[in-house]
Parts: sequence; C-alpha cells; structure tokens
Amino acid sequence: MSISRRTFLGWLGAAGLSTTISRPAHSATNKHFSGYPDSGGVLFDNTLCIGCRKCEAGCNKVNDLPAPDRPFDDLSVLDQNRRTHAGTFTVVNRYEIASAPNGKLYRKIQCNHCLEPACASACFVKAFDKTETGAVTYDESVCVGCRYCMIACPFEIPTYEYDKALTPRIRKCTLCYPRIVKGLLPGCVEICPTEALTYGKRNDLLRLARGRIHQYPDRYVDHIYGEHEMGGTSWLYLSGVPFRDLAMREDLGNVPAPSLTNGALKVVPIVAGMWPVLLTGIYAISKRKDKIAEMESSQAVAVAREHAEAEAKAAIEKALAQAKKEKEKEIELHVKKALEEAAEAQKEAAAKSESEEDV
Amino acid sequence: MPEETAKTGKYYFRPFTPFNIVTGIIVIIGLLLTVLRFTRGLATVTNLSDHTPWGIWIGFDLLVGVALAAGGYVTSAAVYIFGLKKYHSAVRPAILTGLLGYALVVLALHYDVGRPWRLPYPFIVQQGTTSLLFEVGACVALYLTVLFIEFSPAAMEWLGLKRARNLVVRLTLLLTIFGVVLSTLHQSSLGALFLIAPSKVHPLWYSIYLPVYFFVSSIIAGLSMVIFESSLSHRYFKDKMDPEHLAEKDTVALGFGKAAALVLAGYFTIKVIGIATDNNWHHLTTGYGAWYLVELLGFVALPCFLYAVGVRDRNLTLIKWTAVWTVLGIILNRFNVSMIAFNYHLPSSERYFPSWMEIGISIFIVTIGLIMFRFIVTRMPIFYAHPKYKGTH
Repeated sequence: MSISRRTFLGWLGAAGLSTTISRPAHSATNKHFSGYPDSGGVLFDNTLCIGCRKCEAGCNKVNDLPAPDRPFDDLSVLDQNRRTHAGTFTVVNRYEIASAPNGKLYRKIQCNHCLEPACASACFVKAFDKTETGAVTYDESVCVGCRYCMIACPFEIPTYEYDKALTPRIRKCTLCYPRIVKGLLPGCVEICPTEALTYGKRNDLLRLARGRIHQYPDRYVDHIYGEHEMGGTSWLYLSGVPFRDLAMREDLGNVPAPSLTNGALKVVPIVAGMWPVLLTGIYAISKRKDKIAEMESSQAVAVAREHAEAEAKAAIEKALAQAKKEKEKEIELHVKKALEEAAEAQKEAAAKSESEEDV
Repeated sequence: MPEETAKTGKYYFRPFTPFNIVTGIIVIIGLLLTVLRFTRGLATVTNLSDHTPWGIWIGFDLLVGVALAAGGYVTSAAVYIFGLKKYHSAVRPAILTGLLGYALVVLALHYDVGRPWRLPYPFIVQQGTTSLLFEVGACVALYLTVLFIEFSPAAMEWLGLKRARNLVVRLTLLLTIFGVVLSTLHQSSLGALFLIAPSKVHPLWYSIYLPVYFFVSSIIAGLSMVIFESSLSHRYFKDKMDPEHLAEKDTVALGFGKAAALVLAGYFTIKVIGIATDNNWHHLTTGYGAWYLVELLGFVALPCFLYAVGVRDRNLTLIKWTAVWTVLGIILNRFNVSMIAFNYHLPSSERYFPSWMEIGISIFIVTIGLIMFRFIVTRMPIFYAHPKYKGTH
C-alpha cells in the first residue's frame, strides 16, 4: 500500500477542516469573568443564624419537594452532619464551636451558584445554564444522567434520583429561579426570621458584607467566602470563626473550574491537526527505509552477478588460452616428433642404401 | 487447518461444556440484574451515592475497559505505520479485542447513565464542547466506528464479500492514522475528566499531567494485553492458528515486551516528574503515600524491570506473567484515580464500595466479550490468513 501526494494532501485538508468544526471552548486569557452585571445572590451571615431550619421548610414548600422523614421543627436532626439530597436542596448543619456565643454555629448548605460553574463546564449536553439573574439552572429534558456534574462540583451540591429507574434527574437548588424572575425572593430568604439571609445584587452584598466586617471587626473573620473561591460564587458567607471550622473547604483556590480543563481541551485540535502529519511522516520514513533496503539489496545482487560473470568470463578465457597454448605445444611437439621421425627415417634409408651399394 | 476442522465436523454443538455452563450461569444472573437495573433503578443495584456518583461501572467498565482495549491502535500503528511487519499476525486478534472492548464499554454505559437512549443527545441536541466527557464520547463513538471498519475485512472474508473486502483493505493506512489520533485523544481525556476536581482526587494522583499519564499507560496496557491475550489464545485456539501466526507468536511477545519495558520506564519517569513539579514528596510518608508507592514501585518499576529481564533472557514465561502483572497495575491505577484516591477527604462512612450486583454486571459484560470473542475466532479468519486472501493485506 502506498499513498500518493494527492491523497496525502487530501488527508491533511480533512484533518485541518475537522478542527474548525468544533466550537471554541473557554479561552485561556487574562480576562476574568466577575459575573453578569447586576446578577443576584444571597449573603449568609452565620452570626445571625439560630438554626431554626425554617429555610429548609421554605425551600421544601416553594419547590414542591417531598415531605421529610422528620418534620422541619424537629431540631434533633441537627445532631447529624447532613448534605443535600434529591428531595432536599438545602440543609442546615450545626457545629460545636467553643468560641461562639452559644458554643455553636450553624451553616446553611445549598448550591453556591458559581460565577463560572463547574457543573455547567462539565456537562456534555449543556443542561446547566448560568443565567443573567445569577441562578444556575438545570434542564432535565436533555440530561443523559451521566453524573459528571456531581464529580465536578467542588461544593458537592448536585444530587441524583438514584431510585428512579428510567427518569432520574439531577436535583439542586435553583436560587428559586422561577420566583426571582417574577420579582419574588428565594423561598429560604423570604422565610428567614433573623435576616441571616439577605438577597440582593451580588455587588451590593459584597459592599454590605465588607461594611459589617468593618463595623464589627471582632465579630467576623476578615474574609467573605465566595468572593473569590472557585472564581467567585453568587452565594456569599460571613462567619464568626474560620470557615474550616464549619467544614467549608479553604483549599479550593480562586481559579474558576473551566480553567482547570482548559489546557487539556486546547490540546485536542493540535493533536487532531499534527498527529496525522507525524504519523504519515513515520509511515513515509519506514516505507522509504524498506524501499532503500530493497534497492540496496537488488543493487548488491546486480553487482555480485556482474562480478561473478566477469570472473567466469576471465576463467573461461584463461582456460581457453591455456588450452590453445597446450594445443600449440602439442602440435609443436607432434611436428617436432614427426620431423625427428622423418629425419630418422631418412638417416636409416640413407644407411640402408649405402650398405646396399657396398654389397 | 480451518478446512480440516470443518471436514472433521468439530463445529457441532455441545451444550454442556464447562465453558458453556459457567458462562451460561453468569449470563442468566446478568440478565436478571439487568431487569432489576431497568425496573428499580441504580439505588437498588448499586452502592452509588450523592458523594460517589461514579463507581466500578465507570472505574472498571469505562476506564479500565478503554485502556485494555488499546491493543488495537498500538498493534495496527506498529505494523502499518512503523512498518514492523513481523508483528502482522497480531493485528487481527488485537483489533478484534479492541472492537469488543469498546462495544462493551458502550454497552456498560447503558447501565450506568440515567437515560441511555439519550446517549446521542450530546451530538444531536446540544454540544457541551467545554466538557472533557464530550470529547471522550465523540472520540469513543468515532473510534468504535473505525474499529468496526478495520475489523470488517475478517467478517467479509468469512462471508465471501470479496470486492467490499478489498475496498476496505485499501483504506488500512487511513483508518490506522485516524484510529491513533482518536485513541490519543480519548485515552488522554479519560484522565483529563478528573482535572476538574482537584479538591476531590488525592494530590498524589491528581496532576496536570493526568491526561498524559492515561495516554502513556494505555500504550503499556495495549502492549501487555496483546501479549496476555495471545498467550491465552495460543492455549485455547491453537488449532485455529496458521504457521505464520504460530511462528510469529514468540517474536510478538519479545518485541512487545521490549516496547513495554521502554514505555514503562518513560511512564515511571514522568510520574516522578509529576510528584516533583507539584512538590508532593511529603505526601509519600502518609498512608496514601505508601499506597502510591505500591503502585509506582510494584506495578510500574517492577514490571519494567521484569520485562527487560524477560526480553534479555528470551524468557517467554516471565514476559507472559509480567504482562498479567502490568495489566493488574493498569486496573489498580484506574481504580486509584476514580475510586480509591477519589473523595479521599471524606470520612470512611461516606466512602464507596461496590455492591455484589455492580460487580455482577461488570463480570456479565466481560463474559459477553469472551463469548463473542470465541464465536468470532472459531468462525472468521482471525488467527490465520484466509487461504483466498493470503499475503494480500
């Protein structure tokens, strides 16, 4: 099998074209996306939270979620460490903190609505959407159920309906998207009796949080969780103790999730473009090696044959010459012999005639 | 030889051979579990949770399955691109193993994803091109097609479709190049899937080089699987092999063993470089560090050394067992990245261990592969050149 220049160029063309078909992924640039202008968010201030679980109840109600095993006013639930589940978009956990006023602090867990969400970046059907309201929404009508979003989310938020055989959905907080587009507050914020939750524009919330830290420096740690974590989130947190004491990870970094996979994605078109060239080159080299080896061997055969022929010819000529020489020698010998014989005969004859004359 | 087999009539069906009994039981259990999966859902069949959305159906069936099916692209590249014609007899078995491997990966995904009939959605409805999973899906789908075409000449020789067969054979080089490109991309992107979760994968296994590690180790997996598969085939299907195949068998083991030793040495080096660039040395003294060293020294450095010794001494038994050990090492690596080092920060009560039913489905799917492999090699020209087409490919 061999390839002509034309087919080779054809393949190159095809390889080049295939790289233009795919749409550009997130670009690695020096630009930083700091969220849609005027997008909303929620500020959670754990120094104001009393752990009443009303937000869980409100969430359950406005999202038509299934009734919980134990009612929302049963605070013994707080004895366990909980996470979000398919029927629970938000949970409140209690942490024993010696330095806190009552020896305990609460933390509310729900989707943080990242500015550049890991789930949306990881989804291969674009089922997630970061809307201009700030809410990260999910479209169950296209979801395949691969659960890569759950792998990707650094906050361990998306959940899955494992008990549904054929129609499982990803479930997570939507920031009450259907409500906020109507101008209503998210269910949890609306019901919160202590203003531990504040809904507003993210930029306003940042100013508000900074103001509180400035005004009560002893009450808060000097950090707004979510301002920069994973590139920034629409939910922001103020705390009276270091966030790690509330099991909030401080090792996530400030890089938005899409930039983690940027490099790997960017290599794809390069591999698609250059691999065929490299491989065809290796093929051409190995082919050429074979060809040269073949040529060299046939040349060697030809030379050997020529050599052998010449040798044979020389040998024959030599033999012929030898034979000729020997023949000549023999003839000479024969002639000599004949002459000698003749001379002898003549001599004998002469002697004979002499004796005859004597008699 | 195949003609002889046909003449002596060895094809008649004997239902109660040990192979048929064992595989029959596994298939029946597998079918029952399949019904359970599609009527009761993942909650009944698996131990998956909101913390651990991916279990062995991804860790083994997808990650290991794709890595171990790499023999197809490795062997066809060696023979058709690098021009190593002395390994020619290894191409067809490797392509067949690859084709079955990928087909079963896709089958296994139907169990794992929520709505399997939507698997084409990423291509026909909405393209999530920022997802590494999109790349995996696109490349696996395309490569499965390539493998199918690459394999088709064997089937067409069997069916007597001479013209179509000759047409496909003419495409060999193009298909091989396409196959290597696609394999490079998706083997590496399986590793790149985990790049998005640096907070969940233990730092010793998380590296920006994950895609490179997955690609390089897939070459090792491919080479070792060809040696492993060939020694098994030689044991069970020797009567199907023609003189060329039998004569090249040891050459293949020695050549592939040598290549595997080299690639393992490179793999070991870049793994150490990964530790150095992220300055993860201090993790080596922890429990996870010990486990990492087991993988790196026991399943990368050791087989590298054993392959080298085996090739130097022409010790085929050592090469064969090293191939098995290396394959186990690849399985260990994929398990480490996707399950053992994944969620390392969670308390052990939240960690995942597969249910017997998940393991059952995985065994069921491997068994289907064995049955199909046996069905095909006992009928189609895999271990021998078809007499009508000898020396034409």
